[in-house]
This record gives sequence, C-alpha cells and structure tokens, in this order.
Amino acid sequence: MLRFLFFRLLRAAVTIVMVVSFAFVVLRLSGDPAQIIMGADAPPEAVDAFRAAWGLDQPLWRQYFHYFGAILSGDLGRSMRDGRDAILLVVERIPATLALTLPALAIKLGLGIPAGVYAALHRNSWADRLVMLLAVAGFTVPSFVLGLLLVLLFAVQLGWLPSGGQESWRHGILPMLTLGIGGAAVLARFTRSAMLEVLGQPYIRTASAKGVPWRAVVWGHALPNAAIPTVTIVGFMVGSLIAGAVVVESVFSWPGVGRLLVVAVANRDLAVVQCVLLLVAATMVTANLVVDLLYGLLDPRLRNQPRAAGAH
Amino acid sequence: MARLVEIRNLAVTFDGQPALRGVDLDIAPGEAVGLVGESGCGKSVTWLAALGLLPAKARVTGSVRLGGAELLGAPAATLDRVRGGRVAMIFQDPASSLNPVHRIGRQIAEALALHRGITGATARAEAKRLLDQVGIPDAARRLDAYPHELSGGQNQRVMIAIALAGRPELLVADEPTTALDVTIQAQILELLAALRRELGMALVLISHDLGVVAESCERVCVMYAGRIVEEAPVARLFAAPTHPYTQGLLGALPPLHGPRRPLSAIPGGVPEPWAMPPGCAFAPRCPHAAEACAVTLPAVVVLPGGHRAACLRALPGFGSDERAAA
Ligand SMILES: Nc1ncnc2c1ncn2[C@@H]1O[C@H](COP(=O)(O)OP(=O)(O)OP(=O)(O)O)[C@@H](O)[C@H]1O
Ligand code: SF4
Ligand SMILES: [Mg+2]
Repeated sequence: MLRFLFFRLLRAAVTIVMVVSFAFVVLRLSGDPAQIIMGADAPPEAVDAFRAAWGLDQPLWRQYFHYFGAILSGDLGRSMRDGRDAILLVVERIPATLALTLPALAIKLGLGIPAGVYAALHRNSWADRLVMLLAVAGFTVPSFVLGLLLVLLFAVQLGWLPSGGQESWRHGILPMLTLGIGGAAVLARFTRSAMLEVLGQPYIRTASAKGVPWRAVVWGHALPNAAIPTVTIVGFMVGSLIAGAVVVESVFSWPGVGRLLVVAVANRDLAVVQCVLLLVAATMVTANLVVDLLYGLLDPRLRNQPRAAGAH
Repeated sequence: MARLVEIRNLAVTFDGQPALRGVDLDIAPGEAVGLVGESGCGKSVTWLAALGLLPAKARVTGSVRLGGAELLGAPAATLDRVRGGRVAMIFQDPASSLNPVHRIGRQIAEALALHRGITGATARAEAKRLLDQVGIPDAARRLDAYPHELSGGQNQRVMIAIALAGRPELLVADEPTTALDVTIQAQILELLAALRRELGMALVLISHDLGVVAESCERVCVMYAGRIVEEAPVARLFAAPTHPYTQGLLGALPPLHGPRRPLSAIPGGVPEPWAMPPGCAFAPRCPHAAEACAVTLPAVVVLPGGHRAACLRALPGFGSDERAAA
C-alpha cells in the first residue's frame, strides 16, 4: 500500500512538473510579454528595461531553472502588471470560482446519477428515451452556447435573472445551471451505460435467483458495482472544480480563477498564468489520486493484499 | 407420488422468436432428473422462465406449478420466497455468478437472512457450516474471502452453499461443471449427488452431456429445438432409445469410462427459431424421416415404463407399416 502510494505521488509530481514546464515554454515562445504589457508604442529603452527587470533577457533555459528554483523555495513569482504576488491574486479568486463549481457539482451528481440509474432500470421506456435525448443534447451543446441560450431565455425573454456580474446570489444561478446541466448530461449517459453493463452480469441473476427482492438487488448488488466505473468520471469532475469554469466565467463575466486566467493569458502575465496552471494541475492530480484510492475501496479485486485468502 | 413441480405447455418467445415451444415436465420430490440437448435448445430458458428470471422482453405462456401453486404471473413477493427458498438454481460460470464486491460469507448470509431469518453471529456460524458441508477447506477463513480469491471449483461450491442456505426442495443445476477442469467436474457432480441423498432434495441437472446425466440422475429428458422430445428412466433410455435424436446422441456417446466430448456427431444443425419447420423440428436431420414428418407436429406418445417420445414413428402402427412397406 505504501509502495503504491509512493509511486502514485511520484507520478503526480511528474505530471505537475510536465504541465508547468510545457506552459513555461509555450507562453514564452508565443509572444513577448514586455511588448504586450508596455504597449506597442512604448520607447524601446523602456521595453528593454522591463525585460531586464523581469529576467526576460536571459536565455530560456536559465529562466526555466530560475523559475523552478523559486518554486521550490515557495516563490511563485509576481504579476507583471501590478507587481503583487501571483499566488495571492489567484487565491483571492478561488472562492468565487468554487461558489459556482461546487453547486454545479451538486447538480451534476444529484441530477446525472439518478437519471442514469433510472434510465438503465427502465431501459427503452419513454423515460429512458427522454433522459438519453436530453443527455445527448446537454452533451453536444457547447457550454457557451448553453449559457447564451439560458441568458436569452431567463434574462432577456423572461427577465427573471441577471445575465452577468456577481452582485448577488441570483447572479450565480445561470452560470451554475450552465455548468451543472452539461455535466449532469455526461454523468447520466455514463451512469446509464455502467448500470446496464452491471445489470447484464450473471451475479445479478444469481441475486434474483436466491430470492433477493428487486429493490435490494439494485441497491445492494448493482449500484456498488456500477459505482466503480462511475467514480472515474466523478473524479474528473472534482478535478476540474478550479479549471472547469473558464468558459462559463467568461460568458457571465464572473470574477473567478477562469476569468483571471483568460485575462492573464491575453496579457502574457506569465507568473499569474503559471500559478493558475500549477493550481489546476495540482487539483486534477489530487482528484486522480483520490479516485485511485477509492477504486481500491470499492473494488476488492484491485486491493493489492488479499486479506482473507492470505496466500502468503 | 405427489408432484413437486408441474410444468405445462411452457412457451417463451424473445422479440417474437420462439425459444421454448410447449414444454411439459414434472419433477417429483427428491427425484434427480437430467435435462440434455444441444446448445440453444432451451434447457436454461425452461428454468429461468419457471422462476421468473428472464428479462422483461421475454414473453412467457403456459403454467408452472410448485406444490400446486401457480408461479407464472405470481406476485414478486411470492416469487422471492420461492427463489432460493423452495427452488434454488446454480449456473454455469461460477466466477461471474458471484458478486465480485461482496465477501463470500455475506453472500451466503444474505440467503440465510431472506429464507431462514438468521442474522449476525448465528448466520456466520451457519454460513461456515454450509461451507464445510460443500467441502471448502478452512471454511472460517474463507467466509471473509472475495470470489476472485477462490478457484472456479471453490466458487461453484460457494454457489452450492448459497443454494443450500434456503433449504430448497429442488436444486436446479444449470451446467454446473461446464466451466471447470475435468477432475473438478467429477468432484462437483459427486458433491451434488451426495448432498441430494443427504438432504432429500430433488435435483434437476442440465447438461450437454448424456454421460454426466446418466451417472447422476434417475430420469432423463431430452430436449430439441424448444421441446422435450423424449423422456424415460435412465436405464430404459439407454436400452431402448425411441426418438431418432436420442439415438443419435447415444451413438455419439463415448465409451462408458472414456473421455467426454460434446454431442456433435449428428450431422446438420438445429433449425433457427425463425425457420422452424411446421412438422417435426428434427426432420431435416432425421435419418428416419417420413413424408408425414415434414408437415405433422409429432404428438407425445406414451410408451410403457414411464417412457414418452415425440416422434411419429413411436406411434403404434406408424413405423411398422412403413417399415413393412419399405
Ligand atoms: N435473453 C435472451 N434474449 C434473446 N434470446 C435468448 C435469451 N436467452 C435465451 N435466448 C434464446 O433462447 C434459446 C434457448 O436458449 P437457452 O439458453 O435455454 O439454451 P440452452 O439449451 O441452455 O443452451 P446452452 O447449452 O448453450 O446453455 C436460444 O436460441 C437463445 O438464443
Ligand atoms: S417425427 Fe419423423 S422426423 Fe421427427 S424424429 Fe420422428 S421420424 Fe424423425
Ligand atoms: Mg444454458
């Protein structure tokens, strides 16, 4: 178990380093921050001075080692725009993002899983067809389109809800729904197929053959098995709690981490972009790690050490 | 003798395709009956239908009585009490027939709670006793094992233990040894025979293998294309097979103690459900087919000694006339 954990942590660390390195190189090759931040008509001396001040005149490999040295000593750099610590800029946006993504996650789980299970249990009924139709729709419509549709309906036509901003909780409803509905659709499809797969297994027939009432077969035998593949996708959703709202925050001008990222990329505000990416990668990797541990908990076949059989 | 199970004119269709076409079968208390036939002839479907275990798309008609009470269309609660309680069923592939995420002990205890109201430490003790009874070594520790930690043969023993938990009057074993090694096969069959003697329960043994059935059963039913075509006490069936299909099966049987092989020696294949001949389903393969066979559905002919066959040639007069003419 410890060995397993060690290697998983090592893999997680390698993943994060790779993400950050990739971003480092791409960002620096795809545009000159000095020019962008100082403006196109800035005097060349000023631009050079800016480059020197931020170390942008150094060779790329030196910048890279300097950057990683700083990270290891806990310094994630400062924003090139206002000189504040990048990490502070990012952290102060997290609550706003979570205020959207956590309720959206609740919608995904609370709507998607029951809908998927119900559809599987009533396969080919009209309810199953309806769930699948909505799921395919929610799955194929991109989130900015869904967001705009919701704005048109609830903000423009009906005037029930505001279309953007963050002044009250009511401003959060449409972005939350936009995020939640799309994810619920994905989860419903996934849960349905996982559940159908399990319901066709011989052990479900065995449970019925030994007299277990159908409800108990579903709850006690089918769901615990269907949960195993479903955990993967739920883990992915948890992993994208920070990063999953970039598009929706932009559509609804919601001042979260996603909007910060978009603005920082446009400005080539390197430290801020990398700080966001680091955070996103860390969330993803952590969620993955938790999923792997959950697998072991849910599926005895994946536990390394057989307890009862005890061959050794 | 009062009958335990009476199946009458049981028919099943899947999406309009017939799978069972009128099965009549009686099981007496404590009796061991073998059900043989080629793959797809409806052996499994007969018992899945009887216990209400077929998927919803299956259309089931006819009658299945257990101790006189009708099971087809019975309320779910009634069926739940019958299944695993009065009639238990075990299946071909023991590894996938046990729930992979539950411990063995829990899977046995579930049946004990449902049918005998035993829970907690009592259930655990009884589950251990059942594992002992089916010959699993170190039963106390195996209670906490998961199915993937056991071999195929051991898992089939666990399935039998689960089946015994409800003290059934009838155990239906659907090809219980097909997925197992030859040496293990013999052990499982011996175990079933021993348990039946010990507990006095009836046994239905489904198999491809007439040899297997001959060793463990008193009576044999031969199925072909969704019907029982011949039925007789084992000795009689072997001595005087009447249906040409049974004769073919016996001709294909290996020497008594040689290695077993599938029943494949009859040339031709089973007709597809959508192309079932109007007369005898075996006619296209039958070496003795007469003209009438292609158009007349052979009725069951009752012969002496508890012997029945669904072949026009078994009719008194029919065969002898033609044979005389030939
Ligand atoms: N769930 C199902 N859906 C559709 N058709 C089915 C289903 N179950 C069985 N059948 C059909 O019913 C017929 C009888 O099947 P059954 O499983 O009873 O055969 P069997 O005699 O048990 O064969 P085997 O020896 O291979 O187990 C077959 O033609 C099969 O294709
Ligand atoms: S009824 Fe005719 S075709 Fe069918 S088994 Fe008898 S002899 Fe053969
Ligand atoms: Mg079968």
